[in-house]
Amino acid sequence: MTRVLLFGRLRDLADWREKVFDPPPATLFALRGLIAAGNADLGAALDGPGVQTALDRRLVRGDVALPKGCEVAFLPPMSGG
Amino acid sequence: MIRVTDRPIDPGAELTAFCRVRGDTGAVASFLGLARGKPGEATVLELEAYGGFTEDAIGEMIGAAKARFSLHDAVVIHRVGAIAAGEAIVLVLTAAGHRREAFEACDFLMDYLKSRAPLWKKEHGRAGPRWVEPTARDLADAARWD
Repeated sequence: MTRVLLFGRLRDLADWREKVFDPPPATLFALRGLIAAGNADLGAALDGPGVQTALDRRLVRGDVALPKGCEVAFLPPMSGG
Repeated sequence: MIRVTDRPIDPGAELTAFCRVRGDTGAVASFLGLARGKPGEATVLELEAYGGFTEDAIGEMIGAAKARFSLHDAVVIHRVGAIAAGEAIVLVLTAAGHRREAFEACDFLMDYLKSRAPLWKKEHGRAGPRWVEPTARDLADAARWD
């Protein structure tokens, strides 16, 4: 299974914060395809400017293989302070 | 040291503790960020972190600040959860041999926190909720250090 976390405006758009995908998609792009198939607006937002992806708490770019039991987080533009 | 907390920040107590046991430190700079209110409006900020990931990312930046400005020590304390106008959101403390390094490191860390730290901020005001993202000014400020 793959655990997916959403933050910020992505969470509001999806109306969920955390979701488990089982069976797990093999790649990040496959996961994004599954998400977009369920919610086209969310799929488009994941492709939006400034959205970063963390795989097991490390930032990744492009398509990557998803190991079993991994955690994927989609991170919209950040602002603290 | 980095602490992400849903408890109120006590800046006086934190500064006192930070200044204790400082042999060759000649300067401590501090920055306290407050949730800004709007006249006649009850504004609440809601801050969200990615547990562990947020602390690691800010901790890396503290390490970078220490190396770049020859700091003796640095602390970032950041609130999460619901924060009312006037309450402290963030406290940055830096200790160095001399004031210039302490001031600049504080500025550097705040520019980073405003634009790149993994935190998400939602403002609940009269016009309804809205997610606050870095402004062009925030990004330009952060780019000064690149």
